[in-house]
Amino acid sequence: MTAPTAVVLRDEPFVPGAPAAAPLWFDVWRGIAQENPVLVQMLGMCPTMAVTNMLANGIAMGIATLFVLVGSGLFVSLFRKYIANEVRITSYILIIATFVTLADLILAATFPDISKALGPFIPLIVANCLLLGRAEAFAAKVGPVRAVADGLGMGLGFTFSLMAMSAIRELLGSGSLLGFDILGPKFEPWVFMVMPPGGFLTLGILLLIKGWFMARNARRARRATA
Amino acid sequence: MSNLAWIFFSTILVNNFTLVMFLGLCSFFGVTAKIETAWRLGLANTFVLLITAVSAWFLNTYVLATTPYLRTIAFIVVIASAVQIVEMAVKKYLPVLFRQLGIYLPLITTNCAILGLALFQTSRKYTLVEGIVFALGAGIGLTLALSLLASIRERIEVADVPEMASKMGLVLVVASCLSMAFMGFAGMGSG
Repeated sequence: MTAPTAVVLRDEPFVPGAPAAAPLWFDVWRGIAQENPVLVQMLGMCPTMAVTNMLANGIAMGIATLFVLVGSGLFVSLFRKYIANEVRITSYILIIATFVTLADLILAATFPDISKALGPFIPLIVANCLLLGRAEAFAAKVGPVRAVADGLGMGLGFTFSLMAMSAIRELLGSGSLLGFDILGPKFEPWVFMVMPPGGFLTLGILLLIKGWFMARNARRARRATA
Repeated sequence: MSNLAWIFFSTILVNNFTLVMFLGLCSFFGVTAKIETAWRLGLANTFVLLITAVSAWFLNTYVLATTPYLRTIAFIVVIASAVQIVEMAVKKYLPVLFRQLGIYLPLITTNCAILGLALFQTSRKYTLVEGIVFALGAGIGLTLALSLLASIRERIEVADVPEMASKMGLVLVVASCLSMAFMGFAGMGSG
């Protein structure tokens, strides 16, 4: 893949440890693919496991996290020059907690059922290491446009992973998707899949499949060079 | 009294924070490569959990009764400050332990088990004593889960596993088996 030269933001002053300049679409794409929060970085594990027993819950959690990622990314980036280095973690946490409170109240007002099903896991987005990680590693070092692009990418990557996991778990665990019966009355639901061990197992198997592909590609590359 | 004992044991075994309620998974997968660090972090977590339980009770009773929408923000600020204070105290009085814990001490702030404890304590309306017992049980359960996974991972380290399972995939399957074992305690809840 060649790096296109268009839309590279170069007017930012140099910050030590800042992410390399990249086209905007790449800032978004990286979160979805190369640095997918769940499947590659293994960040934000708690909501990934806890809420993916139903597809609707997984989608709601993904979108709530996406909202907080974009909002906190924007504000961390806007205030990055005014936040003293010693209190930065506390400041980031406060910004994140504000957006989480917003998301919590909006969800409770619009979808009370889902809000009740997710329970304390919406306020727990504050403690999702993905948010503090992106604030510290990306948003605090780049301009607001790139920070929002990164938040969007990471949020979408997170949402897609959650959707994949919750679709597998709901289909096998209850024989349905989004509450609609898919596999028919003859299907005996694998209750195991909607219980806690099923969450670990689903992600484990997804990672094993990923590992199998990577091992195969590495073998082929070795054979090609030999 | 029996109520306190029930809270204590059910939090360790039936509703184990890490394996059944999925709290604190980052440290569960992040720092369990060595059993030594795993159980030390478990102890540090237990200490912060205790402080959080007490502070959350005071906040709930005296401050947040009239302003429930500030709960998330208030809790996380208290947790961040508590971790900061613990870090300074450990650095001053127990420098050896401070060096051993290193980066894991400040990282406790973003451990969802801590905030989760405060939130569950609120939604279940625990009293101060119940809250402390709950925190103690959660801490011991966390330490137990961390140590169990760490000891299994030390064995995996020297075992000959297939190439595709050499990364986190195998660890997650192992965690699934551990979680399944803890599901066996669920029967205790109905009895």
